[in-house]
Amino acid sequence: MFIDQSSGVPALPVSAGRHEQAAPLRLRRLAALLGGGLMVGTVLFFLVLPTLLIVPMSLSQTDYLQFPPRGLTMDWYRTFFGDPDWMAATWFSFKIAIATTLSATVVGTMTSLALVRGKLPFKNTLLAMSLGPMIVPHIVLGVALYLVFSPLQLTGSFTGFLVAHTVLAVPYVVITVSASLQRFDPTLELAALSCGANRVQAFFRIVLPNIAPGIFAASVFAFLASFDEATVAFFISDINGKSIGRKMFEDIDFNLTPVIAAASTTFVGLSLLLMALAHIFGQPNDRR
Amino acid sequence: MRQPQPSTRSCWPRARSMRSYAPAVSWILVAPAIAILAIGFLYPLLRLIMLSLSAGPSATYGRLLREPLYATVLASSIVTAVSVTFACIVLGYPVALAMARLRKRAAALTTACVLIPLWTSVLIRSYAWIVLLQRNGLINSLLIAEGLTQGPIKLLYTQGAVILAMTHVLLPFAILPIFSILRAVPNDYVRAAHSLGAGKVKAFFLVTLPLSLPGVFAGAILCFVLALGFYITPALVGGPESMMMASLIGQQTTVLLDWPFAAALSTVLLAITLLIVVAFRKSLSFSKGLSSVY
Repeated sequence: MFIDQSSGVPALPVSAGRHEQAAPLRLRRLAALLGGGLMVGTVLFFLVLPTLLIVPMSLSQTDYLQFPPRGLTMDWYRTFFGDPDWMAATWFSFKIAIATTLSATVVGTMTSLALVRGKLPFKNTLLAMSLGPMIVPHIVLGVALYLVFSPLQLTGSFTGFLVAHTVLAVPYVVITVSASLQRFDPTLELAALSCGANRVQAFFRIVLPNIAPGIFAASVFAFLASFDEATVAFFISDINGKSIGRKMFEDIDFNLTPVIAAASTTFVGLSLLLMALAHIFGQPNDRR
Repeated sequence: MRQPQPSTRSCWPRARSMRSYAPAVSWILVAPAIAILAIGFLYPLLRLIMLSLSAGPSATYGRLLREPLYATVLASSIVTAVSVTFACIVLGYPVALAMARLRKRAAALTTACVLIPLWTSVLIRSYAWIVLLQRNGLINSLLIAEGLTQGPIKLLYTQGAVILAMTHVLLPFAILPIFSILRAVPNDYVRAAHSLGAGKVKAFFLVTLPLSLPGVFAGAILCFVLALGFYITPALVGGPESMMMASLIGQQTTVLLDWPFAAALSTVLLAITLLIVVAFRKSLSFSKGLSSVY
């Protein structure tokens, strides 16, 4: 496996005197490096294996789950894209995820500006509160939101999901945008102000372009945080409004077919595409 | 805008104050977040706590204390969370070290391998483990083909499956904080250790490892807290004997429909989580883990 070999490269510069070593010592070091590489390689294999496994599963001809698959077919993709239930859940989740991305990115960026650059009392409390949804167990939040949404008939509704998922996505935006704001040199903004720009002009002309990569990465995280979310969605879905998370949970629990693999492959492909975009366009300028 | 004062002395404090936004602007910026968190986060949690007390504390919290089943579930949740945390740290540390020490391309590849599962739905990963671990799954076929077992052995719906799948889900949360601390350890320290005669192993154990312990600690707490409240993975790959707090809450709400009791269980889980986070808030700087790699 090529991962092993690449991780076997000695990373530290070896001090000059150590090149003249006895052969057994050098062999021992080589063995240690190979061992370390093998260990890291195994863990990485463990990390990516389940994701990779879904692709051949989704092409399998058998209608029960089998690996390795016998024969290749696109039937499961046809079923997935032709099934009104799957499609309804997919579009519902898409709409929610896009709306969540917009609201969480705007709200989270504003919060980051206030927390990093603003003058506020209880800054730490505000930071803790905005990161809270990341730490509170999702099942607790799911039950709590159900209790509030159910009497208001917001379960299974676009509004209900938008509120819940915005709450869940804001922490990712706050973390990412705060980090790029902290890297941004505020004297650049001062320069703009002393050149006669007002705060708003300075923000849109100077600050925003500089933190744009961070905001873009944050919006990708917000999209995925909403689209991949399953626990809260499990509680606030109902028969008429079902997110893709709830639909997949039900199918994995009761109706295990390779259609799930086809759906999973589609969504993993989407995630990878978005992550690649975040990586390409979300790099801070100073690192490029 | 007012003209800057002629005296440079009086200019300084003003310049410094321009670095930050005025309080009024700051409040306007933070207002939407406060509003949405109040509606979608704080108020629902408050309602949950109130519901748990609505039938009188003895009916809900008293029942939690009276029936030994619930203490058992709490204990088994903690045991599972500790096992998962331990596995995550032991498996994650070498990967974090590789990410921090490897050359550019190899490090990028390693980082990708860590980030891909992080942004793959927990559902999809649990599903993949079901495929791997089921009776006629890949692992059983391999075991039979190698002659290690006669027939398929039960791997799925066990405590082992829960720990394995949860370790897989939470591993990136252990790796990223360790990585961010390791990256900040100056290479000069290790070089200094080498020049003082320490070998690679000695330099690692005396210099790198102790300096990276804050990251290990942060990763461990993050993993533990997330593992304690995990619902999806144990619900899908676990069996009846691997009941966790979250599964119990799920059962109370979806099967038994005992909402006040489910609210009490949720409140207990929330309280434990918040206690841990508040107690270790110093070592948990969440921003480190995620912002270091994107």
